[in-house]
Amino acid sequence: MIEVKDLHKSYGDLEVLKGIDCKIKPQEVISIIGPSGSGKSTFLRCLNLLEDVTSGEIHIEGVSLTDKKTDINKIRSEVGMVFQQFNLFPHMTVLENITLAPMIVSKVNKESAKQNAMKLLEKVGLADKANVYPEKLSGGQKQRVAIARSLAMNPKVMLFDEPTSALDPELVGEVLTVMKDLAKSGMTMVVVTHEMDFARDVCDRVIFFDQGIIMEEGHPDKIFTNPDNDRTKSFLRKVL
Amino acid sequence: MGNGFTLDWAYAIDALPILVQGLKYTILIAVVGILIGFIIGIIVGLGRVSKNKFLFSISTIYVEIIRGTPIMVQALYIYFALPMILGIKIDPLVAGVTTIAINAGAYIAEIARGAIEGVDKGQIEAGRSLGLTKFQTLYRITWPQAFRRMIPPLGNQFIISLKDTSLLTVIGVGELTRQGTIVVSSNFRAVEVYTAVAILYLILTLSISLGLRLIERRLHVK
Repeated sequence: MIEVKDLHKSYGDLEVLKGIDCKIKPQEVISIIGPSGSGKSTFLRCLNLLEDVTSGEIHIEGVSLTDKKTDINKIRSEVGMVFQQFNLFPHMTVLENITLAPMIVSKVNKESAKQNAMKLLEKVGLADKANVYPEKLSGGQKQRVAIARSLAMNPKVMLFDEPTSALDPELVGEVLTVMKDLAKSGMTMVVVTHEMDFARDVCDRVIFFDQGIIMEEGHPDKIFTNPDNDRTKSFLRKVL
Repeated sequence: MGNGFTLDWAYAIDALPILVQGLKYTILIAVVGILIGFIIGIIVGLGRVSKNKFLFSISTIYVEIIRGTPIMVQALYIYFALPMILGIKIDPLVAGVTTIAINAGAYIAEIARGAIEGVDKGQIEAGRSLGLTKFQTLYRITWPQAFRRMIPPLGNQFIISLKDTSLLTVIGVGELTRQGTIVVSSNFRAVEVYTAVAILYLILTLSISLGLRLIERRLHVK
């Protein structure tokens, strides 16, 4: 469903991604781990062109993202993104946050957008917060709303950029629970995370990024118990 | 008081009809000038945050020229110099409104730029990642947040522009300050008349302050 070929990304002289090749199958749940500065967030952001690509190719369901003729807004509407800092719209209620894109981008009428939003809010356990402004929510609640907001566009794949890193420790669990349910429901997910338990227990595959390349990838059991690469070993020693 | 000076407020009251005539012009010029200045400010402010080099450059040149020259010189230029260049006649009132508009426009542009740049980049990324176009993101997400931030400095600029209308005296616009001067030149009661003039300005500026405070409360501006 997603195919990345020889992806390079530079900021001026600094090369952050040095040739990434990667295939992601439908319904696969992948976690990307690695030290900070390894390029894992940049890689994720390239998958919906929040970062423009220096060279290489990205295909999502056969559509090239790097082709100038591709309607990037359409691709983005099909690729959900959840940010570390939630990025809820503070001037809109929770409900308005969720209904905005379906109404404007997908031209769904207000009533059905609302109904769908309420369904999603129930799913993430926040139906009672529909008419509240984001400032009244805890970090964990904000992130759950942000997930619902992305899901409202019926994305084919969900990207998570360190979704629990900005949360107080006691709020991490509620967000991970929502993500686990999502994974079980068959959503294709790519998760940049420092939550090793989540990577181990929920993901089908773990990709270890270091110094702008994929150092090692494989089934979580293999990566976490018996990694081949020395850098993977030393990274996991530090974080586990 | 010395020199045989006595206050007689009857002179101020007698002057009121003439002053109110000036007051009407002051309000007219301020309201129309600020309104046009606001529109100029938004457009130029967007130019100032634009990645398009041409738009950025002309916006920047405009802002620098207006901020770098005194408003009185601008008024004199628009009223006396511009008609010579263009070979047209220009009404003092039109020249006055134009002066206030282009002057306020430059300052409001900087207010708008600051407010737009102050909106967290993550907001734009969130909008774009949901599939909104650049314009939809600006209109639905960036702009409403920027506008809330603009209100307090905008109120400040409204008050400054209102007071700046008094400088239009130099091009002969019959606004409040000029009307006051006319009265004083005939009755020489500078204290009473200019006190009345000052109080009338104060009523206007305090009204703006009060109005803005109500709007801020409504929009929950922090």
